[in-house]
Amino acid sequence: MSTADMSSAELATYNFAYLDEQTKRMIRRAILKAIAIPGYQVPFASREMPMPYGWGTGGVQVTAAILGPQDVLKVIDQGADDTTNAVSIRAFFQKVANVAVTTKTREATIIQTRHRIPEEKLTEGQTLVYQVPIPEPLRFLEPRETETRKMHALEEYGLMHVKLYEDIARNGHIATTYAYPVKVEGRYVMDPSPTPKFDNPKMHMSEALQLFGAGREKRIYAVPPYTEVVSLDFEDHPFEIQSFDKPCALCGAENVYLDEVVLDDKGGRMFVCSDTDHCEDRCAHGHRGHLAYNKEAAE
Amino acid sequence: MATPLVVSEVAKSFTMHLRDGIRLPVMSNVSFSVKAGECVVLGGPSGIGKSSLLKMVYGNYAVDSGQILIEHGGRLLDLAVADPRTILSVRRATLGYVSQFLRTVPRVAAVDVVAEPLTARGVDAAEARETAEAMLARLNLPRELWQLPPATFSGGEQQRVNIARGFITDHRILLLDEPTASLDAKNRAVVVGMIEEKKAAGVALLGIFHDEDVREKVADRIVDVSAFSPRKSAA
Amino acid sequence: MTDTPLLKVRDISKFYGARIGCQNVSFDLWPGEVLAIVGESGSGKTTLLNCLATRLMPTSGAVEYRMRDGEMRELSRMSEAERRFLMRTDWGFVHQNPADGLRMAVSAGANVGERLMAVGDRHYGKIRETAGDWLRRVEISTDRIDDQPRAFSGGMRQRLQIARNLVTAPRLIFMDEPTGGLDVSVQARLLDLLRGLVQDLGLSAIIVTHDLAVARLLSHRMMVMKDGLVIEQGLTDRVLDDPREAYTQLLVSSILQV
Repeated sequence: MSTADMSSAELATYNFAYLDEQTKRMIRRAILKAIAIPGYQVPFASREMPMPYGWGTGGVQVTAAILGPQDVLKVIDQGADDTTNAVSIRAFFQKVANVAVTTKTREATIIQTRHRIPEEKLTEGQTLVYQVPIPEPLRFLEPRETETRKMHALEEYGLMHVKLYEDIARNGHIATTYAYPVKVEGRYVMDPSPTPKFDNPKMHMSEALQLFGAGREKRIYAVPPYTEVVSLDFEDHPFEIQSFDKPCALCGAENVYLDEVVLDDKGGRMFVCSDTDHCEDRCAHGHRGHLAYNKEAAE
Repeated sequence: MATPLVVSEVAKSFTMHLRDGIRLPVMSNVSFSVKAGECVVLGGPSGIGKSSLLKMVYGNYAVDSGQILIEHGGRLLDLAVADPRTILSVRRATLGYVSQFLRTVPRVAAVDVVAEPLTARGVDAAEARETAEAMLARLNLPRELWQLPPATFSGGEQQRVNIARGFITDHRILLLDEPTASLDAKNRAVVVGMIEEKKAAGVALLGIFHDEDVREKVADRIVDVSAFSPRKSAA
Repeated sequence: MTDTPLLKVRDISKFYGARIGCQNVSFDLWPGEVLAIVGESGSGKTTLLNCLATRLMPTSGAVEYRMRDGEMRELSRMSEAERRFLMRTDWGFVHQNPADGLRMAVSAGANVGERLMAVGDRHYGKIRETAGDWLRRVEISTDRIDDQPRAFSGGMRQRLQIARNLVTAPRLIFMDEPTGGLDVSVQARLLDLLRGLVQDLGLSAIIVTHDLAVARLLSHRMMVMKDGLVIEQGLTDRVLDDPREAYTQLLVSSILQV
């Protein structure tokens, strides 16, 4: 038997995109409901996936439920296409759905993400699928699920500001930098998953559909295109995104989210785009940061 | 002359449930009245029920039957059947009481204890304090005690705080339960003076005074409580 | 005092299966009035309090409350949203154990500020200032504003709980053994504080206590409960000084004299 025959025989043991059709249907129903009630956490019968919780089982199930043979999939982990989590999930869908994959943001129809929103503006027709560890923004202040559900139902969100108050009281400013709570369409308070608050403004009135899947917690929620997403704040401590002193060391981009990279054990470090596709794209178009030249010289 | 307080055919007994439910008649057919500007003194041997009678008039003790008519806010009402809220409003505005002992409230300064009946009626706190200080000064309570809670005061000092508190308002009826009991001659004289002023202002006073000297000075009339007591008929 | 009661209670009964929690309790509570409910453990006083405060659904009977707009509303007919709104704005509930009424892992300032934020206050500086004012009023030094109640003594926690409840200027406060579990000297301080606040703010309050001294000091009127029934009620000093019922006489005669 040839290698090609082996893999087609293996593929035959999986339904398209791993999940069976009934499960996909159940998840799609949850997704539709989530889209109909922006920011509301819809319970769903999360399945066991062939990867551990915490590795994006929620996002994977959402992606599996919406993926079609014509889709082009991009998977990122903290902005990068080449980290373990991103690589394995991409390989998973190549194997079980045989779909086209890409690292280019603008080419993708579905982007599954862990903790970042791409720098490039998403457009109509694209869907961003978030992997969510803890969907309940009120969890750390009110551990009772019965109570937090009631609070959502009755729109009792004073507690959310208690959290921000504590932040300011302790640090002099709102020190929450990721998973920064937002109010969706003036109604539900939502956890945007642990994306940096830098990305919060991108969610507001986004042209793309945003879906959130929490596998362990069995919740799906959504932000439909062109939906208001407002970060919570105080009048005298308004919401602010992170800013960086320097541009990206490789591509020279400004007003993007940067990762710190340690270069040696003598304290050397550089700040580079967290979105690797964005960075490479800029480099290809001739943009240069202050460390990029050295890199090329070394090569 | 107006008669702000009329007690009519009042009867009172105690049922002692802890002693097999025996019923102790305290008094019956109590009838008397106090006119404005008059000081009526309850007389009779000790233990006859003078203090109990005063407590009935104040609403502190319930009565079995009869009426206690009081002129309150331009109306006549029967305290014997009034609800708690009415009794409280009568006490706040019309009916004052100087008890024998001061029931101290923890941590409240003497001057505030005295001022409280005024502030409870809505008088400005600073003004009430000023009036309270004047009362305490008149009763010769050492100035250094004014800001202290009266719990640790001597009997005479507590009594003076109590008197100041009772006399500070312009209540139309004032009940006095041995206000001069633990006072020296000088302060007794002050109290006698204060009672005279109340009388002149048209207040109806009903009191118990064991001190014969004080009683003779202030009493317009003596009502003999033993006339209402069952013990008298038993004797 | 206005001429309509704040709370009208009619024939409230609560049964736990065949057992009686409380039975046929009726009374009116007027603005500015403090009512003490006394009785021994198991007499039904806490059950009654919880029925009044909508923390328990009574088996029968009705509780009406006069809203800020003057309208009398029956509590059981209000939506849960309305009831919860009422509870965090116009009402307060002081638990015996402060940990039940506080967020122990959140600073004192945020504990006091929570109700303000819940009703829409969004100015950090003003919320903090108000919280500071209230801490002062309950005699907690403002330099403790960022400390968690975990670091507070029992008396301080109880005072913090009171501040947290009073910050929205409620008109009615429910208290369940507010001085229980505190040292005598701490109790005295708390009682005095409560007394002052109730007087200054013109609060109405319903206080459940087994301590007659607490009832004497704080309440205008009291109800004595036994086996789920109100056996005697009236002016506080009259019930305590001239108790009519056998059980009340027993209660009053059981107080230790110091």
